[in-house]
Amino acid sequence: MFKIVEKRKIAENIYEMKIAAERVAKAALPGQFVIVRADEGGERVPLTIADYDVERGTVTIVTQTIGHSTKKICALEVGDSLADFAGPLGRPSEFVHMAEEELKKRKYIFVAGGVGTAPVYPQVKWLKQHGVDCDVIIGAKTKDMLIYIDEMRKVGNVHIATDDGSEGYKGMVTGLMKELVETEGREYDECVCIGPMIMMKFVCLTTKPWSLLTTVSLNALMVDGTGMCGACRVTVGGKTLFTCVDGPEFNGHEVDFDEAMRRQAMYKNQEKFDNDNREHKCNCYGK
Amino acid sequence: MANKIPRVAVREQDPVVRATNFEEVCYGYNAEEAALEASRCLNCKNPRCVAACPVNIRIPEFIHHITEGDMRAAADTIHFDSSLPSICGRVCPQESQCEGSCVLGIKGEAVAIGKLERYVGDWALEHSAEVEATPTIIPNGKRVAVVGSGPAGLACASDLAKMGYQVDVFEALHRLGGVLSYGIPEFRLPKERVVAREINEVKRLGVRFETDVIIGRTMTIDSLLDKEGYEAVFVGSGAGLPRFMGIEGENLNGVLSANEFLTRVNLMGAWDPKHSDTPVYVGRKVVVVGGGNVAMDAVRTAKRLGAEAVIVYRRGEAELPARKEEVHHAKEEGIEFRMLTNPTRILGSEDGWVTGINCVEMELGEPDASGRRSPQEKVGSDFTIDCDVVIMALGTSPNPLIASTTSGLNINRRGCIEADEMGTTSRAGIFAGGDAVTGAATVILAMGAGRKAAKAIDEYIRSK
Repeated sequence: MFKIVEKRKIAENIYEMKIAAERVAKAALPGQFVIVRADEGGERVPLTIADYDVERGTVTIVTQTIGHSTKKICALEVGDSLADFAGPLGRPSEFVHMAEEELKKRKYIFVAGGVGTAPVYPQVKWLKQHGVDCDVIIGAKTKDMLIYIDEMRKVGNVHIATDDGSEGYKGMVTGLMKELVETEGREYDECVCIGPMIMMKFVCLTTKPWSLLTTVSLNALMVDGTGMCGACRVTVGGKTLFTCVDGPEFNGHEVDFDEAMRRQAMYKNQEKFDNDNREHKCNCYGK
Repeated sequence: MANKIPRVAVREQDPVVRATNFEEVCYGYNAEEAALEASRCLNCKNPRCVAACPVNIRIPEFIHHITEGDMRAAADTIHFDSSLPSICGRVCPQESQCEGSCVLGIKGEAVAIGKLERYVGDWALEHSAEVEATPTIIPNGKRVAVVGSGPAGLACASDLAKMGYQVDVFEALHRLGGVLSYGIPEFRLPKERVVAREINEVKRLGVRFETDVIIGRTMTIDSLLDKEGYEAVFVGSGAGLPRFMGIEGENLNGVLSANEFLTRVNLMGAWDPKHSDTPVYVGRKVVVVGGGNVAMDAVRTAKRLGAEAVIVYRRGEAELPARKEEVHHAKEEGIEFRMLTNPTRILGSEDGWVTGINCVEMELGEPDASGRRSPQEKVGSDFTIDCDVVIMALGTSPNPLIASTTSGLNINRRGCIEADEMGTTSRAGIFAGGDAVTGAATVILAMGAGRKAAKAIDEYIRSK
């Protein structure tokens, strides 16, 4: 059992929790994920790590209530425990293996969408700690749905985009990217994009003509998360790979997003949806 | 010779009924049946069955105890060589091991050694509270880590615990048992009544278990040896990585590995939606590709979930690698077998869901390297089987995670950890056994490997 030591609501239907998981905290690196099970009978839900604190022995997860299982997780309070919290899983981000000298020369732009902002944070933070300042675009539908703004401002140069213009740039993250790259002439060696599949697809379409290496973090369906089931199969560069062990980060220009989105909806009709969650209308889980 | 008595038939659930539920297929012997069957054993001077058993259980001896009604002695005899009799009695391929060598089998029917082992194992579980679990164990203060709580790890941990070691078993999943929990279905191996209780017996020896620890990620083997104070590590991490065919349409919605299908149903409990949030989809018709035990488990599970279920296998019936009993049970339950049939392409709808599978007919040619006659395509024999789900049961290979995160641990071309007969690997202090070394094999071979490694670990630590 893994105790919830902190919990706060950071936007409508989005909760941040700090979980006591000493070993996971000690081993975690940016880019990795955990498998969470709320209770006996619960699904194994993959969640990307939003932060980790080796000294306190805690790992932070950010969950949006989308279906039955995420709602179950978010219903737990401080002092309650998750039945399971296994990880860190997947490969860490490429840059953690780079030599410091090489790394310092690199320019990164991060593009975060919705709840995907949370897993961007440990990456930007890690780079900051290693002497790399990054540009970070955070996008959301509206101002109230923006998360991790204050945290991110401490570690990166934040640019905000909202669909309705209630804060920052009015429009999609891709529009803001074009502004930075095409209008302002900023140059980058790598773009890292984490968010809904559909957003990652369009970010990749945007960066392709610039020949800008674009890394995406896929949130495929998984059962075990350790390479056993193959539910998370994804086509990358014409080859079938497993998101859980070969990823979750891939070269976005090689990912077959249409297939990935279709596969993500595989159990859509079987999943237990609660009526009050049907109001969640972003397209990240649809096709 | 005392053999006018025919082999005592075992009672089974009616095939029509059981094809709709997940209750155990085989009921096993009761006391009278077991005693009668035990009386058929000739108690051979040179028992061939013992030599044919991968862990050399003293078979005639335990059977003799049954005839005397001394169940405690029968259980002790088996436990001396095997820690999981209730499991092995159910899932061992006895027909090619102990029973396959039984003298009675030459002219008639072999003694039902497997069913008798199961009977004794179940009796021991029922009566385990009557005996002290750790009467002779003197702790030696040394610690050994075991990676994986499947058959290899359980056997290794039990033996080491009996020798006085403090054993900690690390399991990646949330439930113990490895393939016994995620792979083999409830109707063949009940999880609570058998697997959990056998593991409980291992716990009673003082073995500690920790779930949710992925060795290679949460902790590495190097850290277990260098920082966590373990004298040695046994790797029994199994062969969990599913293979696919590499044919067109394999990533369509509705194509899944047998591992995924069985994990959803067994480990996650999707067969019982009242108590499980994990979904499973079978549609109206399921095609399972493959002919091994896992293929049989998958196809029989699909049938129980309400689908029409078909096996497609590229060789002939005689070449099916599955146990005869499993094939027989599957047929009784109404599973269709399409032999000498090989898939070439999976067909899908416009929105990406499986609609059918294209196959060709095969004929058998000359025996290949494995000794099985290799199938060849019949030209122009293409045809389509309409279906909603395709399950690939083509075998598994070891997960590369441990080898890739452990310095100096060699693997072979097939991704298996290199280890000798005793489980000794390329690195001192690290031992390995079971499917992680051999590739997918049987429960009993994994158990045997775990036991041998326990001996080797003991010798290694003593000689340090």
